[in-house]
Amino acid sequence: MRLSDRPPTNWGRVVTVARTDLRQLIQARDFWLPMSLLGAAFFVVVPTILLLTITQIGSVDVMNRVSETLDVLPASAQSQIEGSSPEGKTGYALAVFLFAPVAVIVPLTISTAVGAATIVGERERGTGEFLAHSPADAREIYLGKLAASLIPGYFTVVVGFTCYSVIVNLLVGPSVGRWFFPTPQWWVMIAWVLPPFLALCLSLVLRLSARVSSTAAAQQASGLISLPLIMIAYSQATGVLFGQGYLPVVVGATAWVLALMSLRRGVRSVTRSRLLGVAN
Amino acid sequence: MADAATGTEAGTDSGPSQPLSRERLRRRRDDTDVESAAHSEHGSAGPPAIAAGGPRSTSVVEILGADKSFHGVQALRNLSIAVAESRISVLLGPNGAGKTTAIRLITGALKPDRGQVLVFGLDPSGPDGEEIRRQCGVVSAKPSLYDRLSGRDNLRYAAELYGLGRGAKANRRIDDAADQFGILYALEQQVGGYSTGMKTRLALARAVLHEPTLMLLDEPTSGLDPESAMAVLGMVRDMTDAGRTVLMCTHLLLEAEGLADQVVVVDDGTDLVAGRPVDLADHYWPTPTVDFTAIVGSDLDQLSRAPGVVGFQRQGPTARLELDSPGRVPQLVRRLTADGVSIEAVVPYRPSLEDLYFAIRREKLSVDVNGGGAGAGPGALPGGER
Repeated sequence: MRLSDRPPTNWGRVVTVARTDLRQLIQARDFWLPMSLLGAAFFVVVPTILLLTITQIGSVDVMNRVSETLDVLPASAQSQIEGSSPEGKTGYALAVFLFAPVAVIVPLTISTAVGAATIVGERERGTGEFLAHSPADAREIYLGKLAASLIPGYFTVVVGFTCYSVIVNLLVGPSVGRWFFPTPQWWVMIAWVLPPFLALCLSLVLRLSARVSSTAAAQQASGLISLPLIMIAYSQATGVLFGQGYLPVVVGATAWVLALMSLRRGVRSVTRSRLLGVAN
Repeated sequence: MADAATGTEAGTDSGPSQPLSRERLRRRRDDTDVESAAHSEHGSAGPPAIAAGGPRSTSVVEILGADKSFHGVQALRNLSIAVAESRISVLLGPNGAGKTTAIRLITGALKPDRGQVLVFGLDPSGPDGEEIRRQCGVVSAKPSLYDRLSGRDNLRYAAELYGLGRGAKANRRIDDAADQFGILYALEQQVGGYSTGMKTRLALARAVLHEPTLMLLDEPTSGLDPESAMAVLGMVRDMTDAGRTVLMCTHLLLEAEGLADQVVVVDDGTDLVAGRPVDLADHYWPTPTVDFTAIVGSDLDQLSRAPGVVGFQRQGPTARLELDSPGRVPQLVRRLTADGVSIEAVVPYRPSLEDLYFAIRREKLSVDVNGGGAGAGPGALPGGER
């Protein structure tokens, strides 16, 4: 069917598909429990322990080691470091430049895990038959599945960084003299740079999920796809935070263009015959 | 084309939920000359239809010379079927005959490699597909339910996808559909905990939720105990009473017996024959057939040479006789009585769907082996030698 022959997208159905997938995810404790633990480890446990060690215990040995690490930061980043004491400056640098980019891994991992199972899962459970016979257009199903995979990842970003902000501001804020996190670069990072990376990663993973024969295969293959993307996202996040001016905006815009191009191609990957598992 | 739509009167349209949409489909169907398309494009490649008397009814579904293959394996070969409005048509055939693929063509989930599919006169794989799918209620061989959701959430999902919305009206409709199939009591439970019978009931409720005009049931009693299967078949009958058209796939002959208004026998992706069971029986058993039962079965053997007996077959105490006229029966009874044969019963033979099915299969086998030459042919008695 030519694209022009297609009826307009029914966004109500897109929302319905997404909502139903999310409802199932909420019911799947075996999925969200380990993912919550992963998020808690990256956003809460590790930062709390390290920042407490630096700001409260004030170990000279630890301070020296961290200070040496901070020397490798670019000048643009070093000039941004705030704090009235060496502990405060170290804590600030750790909180803003070193821990936070690592946490990019968590939302990407969660979204990838959801996305990998979403279409092939319908086929495996036999529910693809129901969707294939339904009035929903394949494009609406794709967009619904995309949203249902994107939302858990981005929800993790919002909740995770909220928790992280509270911890960082409580532990390092007194040394800096104010609540400082998220910094302006982090707002750009969360609102502008991270979403397209999530979308780009998911567009590839959903394409994969539509083609492979089992969820296990989808998980394996999506690991191969998402790992380099996670590394790119990590490096870009670091660059965005270190850089100033228009760099974060440019990085985000490029990621958006790539993501939209990839999503446009990805729409074609979901077909009724693939939902039925009989595609030639 | 094997035409199951012949010999029946057009049914009345029930009043499902989307009259505007249905009216639009009806107008579009009227604009489409299905018959001319069928004959001009595909000819009459399939086996001859068993035509019955009466006016030509409206066909809700027409598959015309459809081919479909998957990964080089041909699932359908020149399949042609027609489904009459407001009737139960049964697609009868062994596993792998192409029944499920036919249903998938009808909803537009799959597109034929060759041939044409018309539902309400429209192409389901084209721009009208959404409208057509909205008028179809499908129950798959596996119930296709979301185990992690409750029964209500499963129905709610379908209600929203089929355009019923989320309001109080949709909720009422969900309760009504669930109640109709006796699953209302379990609607708040997670479907993962349902029995097979409960899942089938929920799948049926989901299929009628949006009040479709065309029901497509793929082995709906698969995995059910006999009691539940009977209940489901009763519900299927109720569906046509409400004016719906039903196309049911099954490989269970007993299931179709007494339920089917029309039968289409398919095998190896091809339609072998189609028509009303009674017409098919008349076609395959054109002569009057009577079962004689005696206390001593061998006493009946003399009838094989009696005047007017054109076919004879005995198994134990019962002999099945094909006669040139029904009027022969009194003569034969008199002859046996005169010879002192103790007759227990004389019963007109009515072939079951099972007899019919095997007669059709035997004929096909004969045609395959003999290349269309002589063989068992119509009228062959099932289950024994002539």
